[in-house]
Amino acid sequence: MPPTRPEVQPDADAITGRTVLDARDVSRALTRISHEILERNRGAGDLVLLGIPTRGVHLAHRIAAKISEVEGTTVPVGSLDVTMYRDDLRMRPARALLPTEIPPGGIDDKIVVLVDDVLYSGRTIRAALDAMNDIGRPRAVRLAVLVDRGHRDLPIRADFVGKNLPTSHTEKVAVRVAELDGEDSVTLL
Amino acid sequence: MTDYLIRGARVLGGAPTDLGIKDGRIVAVAEVSGSTGGAVETIDATGLIALPGLVDLHTHLREPGREDAETVETGTQAAAMGGFTAVHAMANTDPVADTAGVVEQVWRLGREAGHCDVFPVGAVTVGLGGERLAELGAMADSAARVRVFSDDGKCVSDPVLMRRALEYVKAFDGVIAQHAQEPRLTEEAQMNEGVLSGRLGLRGWPAVAEEAIIARDVLLAAHVGSRLHVCHVSTAGSVEILRWAKALAEKQGGWSVTAEACPHHLLLTDELAATYDPIYKVNPPLRTAADVEAVRAGLADGTIDVVATDHAPHPHEDKDCEWQAAAFGMLGLETALSIVQHTMVDPGLLDWAGVAERMSTVPARIGRLADHGRPIAEGEPANLVLYDAGVTRTVEASELASLSRNTPYAGMELPGRVVATFLRGRPTVLDGKLC
Amino acid sequence: MKNRHLLSAGDLTREDAELILSTAAELRSLADRPIKKLPALRGRTIVNLFFEDSTRTRISFEAAAKRLSADVINFSAKGSSLSKGESLKDTALTLEAMGADAVVVRHWASGAPHNLAHAGWSRSSVINAGDGTHEHPTQALLDAFTMTRHLAPEKGQTLDGRRVAIVGDVLHSRVARSNALLLRTLGAEVTLVAPPTLLPYGVDTWGVQTSYDLDAVLPKTDVVMMLRVQRERMNASYFPSVREYSRRYGLDARRMATLQDHAIVMHPGPMIRGMEITADVADSQKSVIVEQVTNGVAVRMAVLYLLLGGAEPAIATGTPDEESEQQ
Repeated sequence: MPPTRPEVQPDADAITGRTVLDARDVSRALTRISHEILERNRGAGDLVLLGIPTRGVHLAHRIAAKISEVEGTTVPVGSLDVTMYRDDLRMRPARALLPTEIPPGGIDDKIVVLVDDVLYSGRTIRAALDAMNDIGRPRAVRLAVLVDRGHRDLPIRADFVGKNLPTSHTEKVAVRVAELDGEDSVTLL
Repeated sequence: MTDYLIRGARVLGGAPTDLGIKDGRIVAVAEVSGSTGGAVETIDATGLIALPGLVDLHTHLREPGREDAETVETGTQAAAMGGFTAVHAMANTDPVADTAGVVEQVWRLGREAGHCDVFPVGAVTVGLGGERLAELGAMADSAARVRVFSDDGKCVSDPVLMRRALEYVKAFDGVIAQHAQEPRLTEEAQMNEGVLSGRLGLRGWPAVAEEAIIARDVLLAAHVGSRLHVCHVSTAGSVEILRWAKALAEKQGGWSVTAEACPHHLLLTDELAATYDPIYKVNPPLRTAADVEAVRAGLADGTIDVVATDHAPHPHEDKDCEWQAAAFGMLGLETALSIVQHTMVDPGLLDWAGVAERMSTVPARIGRLADHGRPIAEGEPANLVLYDAGVTRTVEASELASLSRNTPYAGMELPGRVVATFLRGRPTVLDGKLC
Repeated sequence: MKNRHLLSAGDLTREDAELILSTAAELRSLADRPIKKLPALRGRTIVNLFFEDSTRTRISFEAAAKRLSADVINFSAKGSSLSKGESLKDTALTLEAMGADAVVVRHWASGAPHNLAHAGWSRSSVINAGDGTHEHPTQALLDAFTMTRHLAPEKGQTLDGRRVAIVGDVLHSRVARSNALLLRTLGAEVTLVAPPTLLPYGVDTWGVQTSYDLDAVLPKTDVVMMLRVQRERMNASYFPSVREYSRRYGLDARRMATLQDHAIVMHPGPMIRGMEITADVADSQKSVIVEQVTNGVAVRMAVLYLLLGGAEPAIATGTPDEESEQQ
C-alpha cells in the first residue's frame, strides 16, 4: 500500500495560504454543479444526493437547495460515512465514525450523486462505492466535488467539478464551509 | 575442623573486633594480634556486622509431601543464605507432622543436610483437623524434642481444644503457636477486607478475624496460666490487643504471650493486590499502610517479640494463575534480614542489638533452643552471621537457593547482604555463597 | 487508558466513554439496513473465551464481532472454581498460537482478564466480559447507552446530574461495580440501594450515595436498575427470607407508581421474576430491559471496532482528529 498522503485539518486560526475560491466562487461553483446535475439527469427525478462527511454533507445540502430552487421539488439528501471501508483503516488509530443517514426512500434504482469537498487519490470514493454496495443498488452513481486537485491513484473521475486545481503533493487544500467554519473558502496551503 | 579468625567484625553493629572460632565455639572476642599459626583461616570482616545466627520460628520446608516446592535440603540452604542457623519447620506437611515418627524424620533430614538446624514444629491436632489433640507428649519426648506446636495454616478455632492444648503442653514446657484466623469470618477470603477488596471483587479477610482469635487466646492463656505464641501478626488491632495482654501478663505473672511478625507485613500493603498477581497472595493477607506502621511500631517497642519469615515456597504453577486459584504464601528466608534492615534499622526503629534480639535471642528462647540465640561471647557456640549492611542488591528470583521462586521482592532493590553464616563454627555460607 | 484492553469501566476517561457511546449510536442504525455487516474487522480473529456459562453475553459479543466481519471462535473452557488456573494460562498460550487478535473473556475469578492481559501469556487485546464479582464493563457501557437514548437523546445532551438507583446485591455484582464507575465518569449521580449486608466494605469511598430505603429513593430517581439476587444468599444470612427481601427491596407495581413519568426501569438480566422484580414491572412501559439487549450488540461493536479497527486503539487517544476528506 502506498504511503498515506498528508492530510490537513483546516484550522480556523491559522490559515495563511493562498485563497483559491472565496465565498462567491464557492457559491457559483455549486450553482453550476447543480445545473449540470439537472442537465445530465434531465431533471430531478430519482435523484439522491449523498454527502461524504463531514464537509461533503454540507455541500450536498447546498446543492439540493439550489436544485429545489430551480425545479421546485425536494431532492433527498443523506450522508455516507466511509470510515470502515477505507483502505488505510489499519494504518492509523481507529477513527470515530461519522453519521450515515440514508434518506427514507433508500437508494435502490436511484441516481445517486456522491458529493465530496476534494477529490485527490480517489481512495475515499472507492470506499464510498463499497459502502454503498452494502446499502443498496443504485441505477447509477455520479460524483460531484468542489475541488479536483489531481494525483489520482485509482481509475476514478468526477462527473461534476467545481474547480480543477493543479497542486503538488506537498501542498494542502483546505475547504471551509460556513456551517462549520464560519465562511466558505478553498485555500491552498 | 578448621578454625577461623574473623577480623574487624562489628559485633551487634558496635566497634570492630576480632572473633576467634575454635572447635565450634567462640574462643576470643577481642583484637587478636599477629598470626595465630596452624590451620587457622582468616576472614576479613572489615565493615561487616556480626550477629548471632538467626533463628526462624516459622518456616515451611514442605518435606515430606511437597518436594516439588521445597525440600529440607533446599529450604535449609535458603535459610543459611539468609543468615539462619536454626529454623522451625511447620507441621503442615503431607503426612502432617503430628506424630513422633514424622517429626523425627524431618529432624533427621535437617541433620543430614547440615546447612542449618531444623527443629520440627508439631501439629496441635491430628492431621491439622482441629478435632483431636495430636500426641504432643510423644513429639516432645522424641529425638526431635518438639517444644513448639502449631496447626499453622489452620487456626485452632475450637475454644475448648485451644484451652486443652495450652494446658497440656505445660507438662513439657511447650508453647502453642496459634495461626489466628477465625474460619467462618474468612471463608473463601482472598485479601484484606478493605476499600480495595470491595473494588477488586475479591472476598475480604477482615482484621477482626485475626484480632478476635488473639483476644480470645490471650484470655485463655491467662485463665489457664500457659504460654501462648501468636503467629504472623498483621493488623494494628492485633498489636493493640497484644500490648494490652502483655501488660496484663506482666502484672499477673504466671502466663505469657509472645508474638511474631513477618518481613512482608513490615513492608508490603494490600494495594499490591490490585495487580491481581498472586505473588502477593499470602495468609494472613497484606494489610493497609496503617497496619504496616503499627506492626513496625509493635516490633520496635517489643509488643511483637520476634520476626519470623513464614517462608512458604510454592511451585510456579500454583502462582502463575488466577488470584482465586493461587496458593497462599511467599518466600522469606533469603530476604528477611534485608527487609528488617530496610523497614526497621534504616528508619531508626531498631538497632542491630535489637535485630539480634528479635531474630535470634528471643525466637530461640520461645523455641527452648539451648545452643541458639546465644550472645557473641567467649565459650558460646559459634553460631554467627556476618552481614554487610552497606551494600544494596537487586533480588533475582532465579538466584535464590530455594527450590521455589515465589518471592514478592523480585526486581526490588534491597539493602544488605549475608556474607557468611557459621553453624557451630563451620561455615555454611562464605563470600555470600553456599559452602 | 493508553492500552489495547478493556478490563475495567474505571479505566475509561470521559472522552473514551463518550467516543464508545457515540460510535455505538452510529452502529445501532446498522440493524435497520439490508446488509447488517461492516468490513472493519475483516481478517481479525476474535475469541470468545468463556470459563463460565453466559449464553446471552457470548451471543451478544458474537453478533457484534460477526457484524464487523471478524472471524469468531467460541471457546468454552468451563472449569470449576476449584480447578487450578493453569488452564487459563495454557488456553491463553493456545489462543496466542492461533493468532487471536482479541480475547473476550468471561471468568469466575475476579481479575482473570487482568491476568490474561498482563501475565505475558498473550499479546491479544483482552476484553472483560465479566470477571467474578469484579467488573463487567461492556454491560455498564450498554446500560449508559440505553440511559442516554432515553434521558439525553439529543446531540449534546449528557447524563450529567441524572440520578441512577442501582438496587440489590451490590456486594456480589460486577454490573454494579462497573456501572458505579462509569456513571460517575459520565457525571450521573448514583445511589446504591441494598440491605447493609449486601453493600461492599468501603463502599463509602466509591463516590456514590448509598441507601437502605428503596421507597425513599424511587420518587427522585431517573433510572432504577434492579440487580439479580440469588436465593442462595439467604442461606448465608445476607437476608432472612425471599419474602422479606422482596418486600423491602423488590420492585413491584406499587413502587413503580412512585417513579417519575420519564423514569426507566432496567435490569442486566437474567431476571428472577418475583424476587427482585415482578413480572408486570418487567413487562411494563417503563421497562427498557429488552432494549438493553439490542443495545448490547451495538455497544460491543463499538468497543471491538475502537480497540481493533485501526493500527492502535482509539480509546485512550481520545477523539481522533476530525479529518477533512482530502484523499
